[in-house]
Amino acid sequence: MTARSAGPIRRAAQRFAMNRQALLGLAILAPILTCVVTYDLWWGFGPNDIDLLSINRGPTAAHPMGSDGVGRDVLARLMQGGRTSLMVAVISVAISTAIGFLVGAFAAFGGKFADAGLMRFVDLAMTLPPVIFLLVLASIAGTGIGPTIIVIALLSWPVLSRMVRARLLELRERDFVVAAKGMGAGVPHLLLRHGLPNCIDIIVVYATLQVANAILLEAGLSFLGLGIAPPESSWGNMLNAARSGTVLEQYPWQWMFPGGALVVTVLAINFIGDGLRDAFDPRSGLN
Amino acid sequence: MFVDVRNLSKHFAPTGFSRGPTVRAVEDVSFGIPRGKVVGLVGESGSGKTTIGRSVLRLIEPTSGEVRIDGTDIRVLSAAELRKARQRMQYVFQDPYASLSPRMTIGQILTEGMDIQKLGTKADRRRKAAEVLALVEMPEDALNRYPHEFSGGQRQRIGLARALALEPEFIVADEPVSALDVSIQAQVINLMRDLQLRLGLTMLFISHDLAVVEYICDTVVVLYLGRVMEIAPAADLYAHPQHPYTRALLSAIPSPDPEKRKQRQILTGDIPSPSSPPSGCVFRTRCPMAASECAVVNPAMKSAGEGHFYACLRV
Ligand SMILES: Nc1ncnc2c1ncn2[C@@H]1O[C@H](COP(=O)(O)OP(=O)(O)OP(=O)(O)O)[C@@H](O)[C@H]1O
Ligand code: SF4
Ligand SMILES: [Mg+2]
Repeated sequence: MTARSAGPIRRAAQRFAMNRQALLGLAILAPILTCVVTYDLWWGFGPNDIDLLSINRGPTAAHPMGSDGVGRDVLARLMQGGRTSLMVAVISVAISTAIGFLVGAFAAFGGKFADAGLMRFVDLAMTLPPVIFLLVLASIAGTGIGPTIIVIALLSWPVLSRMVRARLLELRERDFVVAAKGMGAGVPHLLLRHGLPNCIDIIVVYATLQVANAILLEAGLSFLGLGIAPPESSWGNMLNAARSGTVLEQYPWQWMFPGGALVVTVLAINFIGDGLRDAFDPRSGLN
Repeated sequence: MFVDVRNLSKHFAPTGFSRGPTVRAVEDVSFGIPRGKVVGLVGESGSGKTTIGRSVLRLIEPTSGEVRIDGTDIRVLSAAELRKARQRMQYVFQDPYASLSPRMTIGQILTEGMDIQKLGTKADRRRKAAEVLALVEMPEDALNRYPHEFSGGQRQRIGLARALALEPEFIVADEPVSALDVSIQAQVINLMRDLQLRLGLTMLFISHDLAVVEYICDTVVVLYLGRVMEIAPAADLYAHPQHPYTRALLSAIPSPDPEKRKQRQILTGDIPSPSSPPSGCVFRTRCPMAASECAVVNPAMKSAGEGHFYACLRV
C-alpha cells in the first residue's frame, strides 16, 4: 500500500501555510486565546474581586491594566470578558452554521415547494433591517449569555443557507453526483458524501469570518445593554460600563484595553478567514 | 429483449419563472437490446442521445413511454425498489473530468456504489475495488490517489471501473471516448469491447460518430432531432444504408477508396431547434431528396430486411 496522496483539504492547508497575512493573524490570535483560556491559572485576581483600595486607579504593579469604578481588576475582567465574548461568538456561530447548512440543504434537496418556501423565508429574514431585528429579538429573548447566543445565531444563518443552497443546486447536476444517484444513493448519502465535503470551504470561511462578526455583534448588543449583563463581564459590557464622559477622559485604561482587545482579535480572525478563503480557492488571488 | 424501450418521449418544459417553448428532446423512440448485445445510438449533438440514455436508466423521468429491463418496467418501481435495481444497471459518463469527485480518492470512488448498496464488508469492498481497477488495466496504487493526478484516458477507465464494481448486467456508455485524444480512443474502445464480451454485458453505446460505433455495436440506431431515422444490424447498416441521413453520415467518414470519396455528400445547414421541429419528416430541411410530400406526411417505419427499419417516404 502506498501512502495516500495529498487531497484537496491538505493542499488548501499547504496554501494557507504560505499566506503571510493569515499566519500573522494566527500569530496574534493564538496568544490571545491561550491567555483568555488559562488566565485563572496564573492571575491572582478574579473578575469580580473587589479591591477597595484601588478604585479607578491607573495601571500599577498590582493591577497592570488598572482598576474600574468599583475596584475590580481590569486585566481579570478583560480575560474573563474575552472568554465570554469568544464563547458566545463560537457557540452562536456553531448554531447558525448548523441551521444555515440544514436550511440550504433542505432547500436544495427537499423539492420545489420546500425550496420556494424556505427561500422566501430567508429573503424575509435578510430584508429585515438587522438592527431592528436584533433589538426585537433581544427584547424578547432577554439578556444574559444564553439569549445573546440565540439572538446572534438567529441573525446570521440566512447568508450561509443561501450560499449552501446555491452550491448544492449546482452540485446536484454534476456528473459525479448523478453517478452516485445512478448507484442508488438517497439524499442522506448525497448530503454526507458529496454535499458536506463540497461545502466545506464555504462553511469554514463563513464560520471564521462570522466569529469575528459575532464578537462585534455581542459587543454591540452588550454596549446597548441588551447582551451580556453585569456582573458577568464581556468586552462589550466593559465598553458599556466605560461610556460616561468622565471615564472616557479620565480613566482611559477602562475602555482602551477591552476596545483594543476587540479590534485586534477581530482583525486577526479576519486575516485568518481571508487566508482560508484564498487557500480554498486558489484562483481568488488572481482577480 | 433484455432491454426494451417503447415509445419513449421526453419533453423539457420551461421550469419555474423562465419562459420559452417546450423542448421535444426525444419523440417516440423504440428499440430493444438482447441480453449480451450492444446497441449503438448515433446522432449529431443535440439529437437527444444523452436524454435517451438517462431516461433508460431513469436518471431523468421520461415524459411518456415504457422502459423494461429484464421484464420489469423501471418506471413503476418504488423509490426503494429502484435504488436496489440500480445495482444491475450503470452509466458511464462522457466527461472524464466531471464524472469523478475531486474530493474522493480512487478507492473511495470505486467503493462508493458498494457502500450505497451495502454490499459485503469493508475489506470485501476494498478487494473488489482493486479487482475492477485491474480489469480496466490500471495499477493498484491508484487507489490512494485523487482524480486530478490522472489523464483523461485513465479517468475514463476509472469511471468504467466504478460502473463495473457493482457487477451490473446493463451499461449505458454515453460517448465514453469522445472527450479523449484520438490516440487514446482506440485503447479505451478496445478495452470496453473486450470487457463487454468477457463479462457478457448488455450495453447501450452512445456516440456521435458512426465510425466508432461500427466496431463495437451489434445494432445501430440512427437518431435525428430526437427521432429514430434508421435502425439496423451494424453490418447491414454500413453495407446497405437506406435513409438519406444515414447515407450522408456514412459518406462523411473519411475513406481510402477514391470511388467512395467522390460520392461524398456533405450535410449542409444547421439542425433545426428541437423546440420547433419541421412538419412532416424532421430531416426535410437538410435532405437532398426532399419533396413537397415530406412537409406533410410523417414517415412511418419501413422494413428493409431482418431487423432493418427506416423512416423515409421516398426511399
Ligand atoms: N435539462 C434540460 N432542460 C432543457 N432542455 C434540455 C435539457 N437537457 C437537454 N435538453 C435539450 O434536449 C436536446 C437533446 O439534448 P441531449 O443532451 O440529449 O443531446 P445529445 O445528443 O446528448 O447531445 P451531445 O452530443 O451534445 O451530448 C437538446 O436540444 C438540449 O438542449
Ligand atoms: S421523408 Fe423526405 S425529407 Fe424525409 S428523409 Fe425521406 S426524402 Fe428526405
Ligand atoms: Mg450527450
